[in-house]
Amino acid sequence: MNDTYYELMRRRGISRRSFLKFCSLTAASLGLGDAGAQQIAQAMQTKPRTPVIWLEGLECTCCSESFIRSAHPLAKDVVLSMLSLDYHMTLSAAAGQQLRENALETIAKHKGNYILAVEGNPPLAEDGMYCIYYGRPFVEVLREYAKDAKAIVSWGSCASWGCIQAAKPNPTQATPVHKVITDKPVIKVPGCPPIAEVMTGVLTYILTFDRLPDLDAQGRPKMFYSQRVHDKCYRRPHFDAGQFVEKFDDAGARQGFCLYKVGCKGPVTYNACSTVRWNEGTSFPIQSGHGCIGCSEDAFWDKGSFYDHLTTLTVPGLAGVEGTADKIGLTVLAAAGAAVAAHAAVSAIKQARSKTRNDQVSEVEK
Amino acid sequence: MRVEPVSGRVISGPLEDVYVYEAPVRLWHWVTMLCIIALGVTGYFIGSPPPAIGGEAYDHFLFGWIRMVHESAGVILVVAFLVRIYWAVMGNHHARSIFYVPLWSGEWWKALKDQGLYSLFLKRESQLWVGHDPIAQASMFFMFTLGALFLCVTGLALFAEQWGWGTYWMMWFGWVFVLFGDPQMVRTLHHLAMWYMVLFAFIHIYMVFREDIMSGGSVIGTMVNGIRMFKREPRA
Repeated sequence: MNDTYYELMRRRGISRRSFLKFCSLTAASLGLGDAGAQQIAQAMQTKPRTPVIWLEGLECTCCSESFIRSAHPLAKDVVLSMLSLDYHMTLSAAAGQQLRENALETIAKHKGNYILAVEGNPPLAEDGMYCIYYGRPFVEVLREYAKDAKAIVSWGSCASWGCIQAAKPNPTQATPVHKVITDKPVIKVPGCPPIAEVMTGVLTYILTFDRLPDLDAQGRPKMFYSQRVHDKCYRRPHFDAGQFVEKFDDAGARQGFCLYKVGCKGPVTYNACSTVRWNEGTSFPIQSGHGCIGCSEDAFWDKGSFYDHLTTLTVPGLAGVEGTADKIGLTVLAAAGAAVAAHAAVSAIKQARSKTRNDQVSEVEK
Repeated sequence: MRVEPVSGRVISGPLEDVYVYEAPVRLWHWVTMLCIIALGVTGYFIGSPPPAIGGEAYDHFLFGWIRMVHESAGVILVVAFLVRIYWAVMGNHHARSIFYVPLWSGEWWKALKDQGLYSLFLKRESQLWVGHDPIAQASMFFMFTLGALFLCVTGLALFAEQWGWGTYWMMWFGWVFVLFGDPQMVRTLHHLAMWYMVLFAFIHIYMVFREDIMSGGSVIGTMVNGIRMFKREPRA
């Protein structure tokens, strides 16, 4: 476990040339230059591997599914060579008590030095009984494992924001990790699931540089979450030209026009989909003809339709009445219009009367 | 002519013309009006884009132009508003009236009640006012000034978003997204605030024409030449 990455890779039959290629590719995917590749190579040849413990709370395992499809770096490189993934319920061969002992051993051996990756989140209602782990509420296990961690990586929208289980009315009180573990640095890697290369990229960065990536105001790594999907979307020229898909089966849709009018959330979603793409850079939602649903943004389930680019608003005081900004605006304006018309009518009558009265007065004066 | 200082109510004659709106205020008014028309129309199209045009993307820049007009008009509105704030400090008493509501003044509340009864047709004639009447002042403050401020701040934040994180724009306006939760909410509220401003403009135009015809003073002309003229003696 204390081997360096390089030693491990050489033992697995990877040539030095391939190793250096891998370092360059990783550096490029992290947005680092030539010097970055050398730094990565240096780190991997000298530093012992950092152990990672991967917990799964209230979730659907889509983050793990995404993770194992990483191409640059390959998930097998990450799992087998780069990080020491000591505990992962889905990926481990061992199970039950044996696996649990593995995790506890890692915690004891690497106190304050391991990364805790959390997929999913703990539900807090009923003392956490909605998610049970080793016969205990998941939130307790999470606290126990987080106590000695160096940092926590929140995988996916579940761990980062709460995702669907925390959508209104959130019956199990599912709570994102950073609201439960407040004394450790938490790196949010949102998305439902996050992009595979983003996941492995974040881990690679932490492990090779032995420091946490720069985070934005919301706690997401800047290198992957500082631009909107819209900013680098390949359909952006159609947006600027005013060429929009009106319906999913129209000519515009076939010609690959911009999906803004059918509710694409690209302009309000910070993620790397339009640059990194998915499945070895094959495609991403917009490329396959559907608008972005903003799955890496906070509370994306609670914003109304996926096919409207503005949030559906609940009218205050009218429980259950929902509307778009345009509907609300037009309704209020129509009400004001009716009021103004009535007011103007009364005013006109009044004006006419006072004129008649003034005329009568002048008649009398004559 | 005796005038109540806070509410601007004319107490007694002899009537005389008053220079109310100085040149910078009038210029600002008309510049802002043009900006709001441009912003409202282009803003509506940004929310609900016009029907798609065919052909190659490189032949067209329609939506780009719409956004450019919107953003230019927005920036002009902001600069004009800043100059207007400067003039509120430097200008006469009336240059300040849209930036506050004198809630502390008993005279003002009395005047508000009087004007309210007049607006509900419960009093035959209005008082004469040198500047804004109390209802006008309150709606200017709550609807226009606060509404415009909200639109400017959220608009600049959305503008900053195009520059991206790490730019000065985002350093200055990034907090807006933290305050309202996420960019989509900022867009939605900005859109809703547009309707608030349209509502204001609608009522504003109606009241201006009505008062120009029915009240005892000039209204539309005042925003052209700055002078308020009175057509009849003040009401007892």
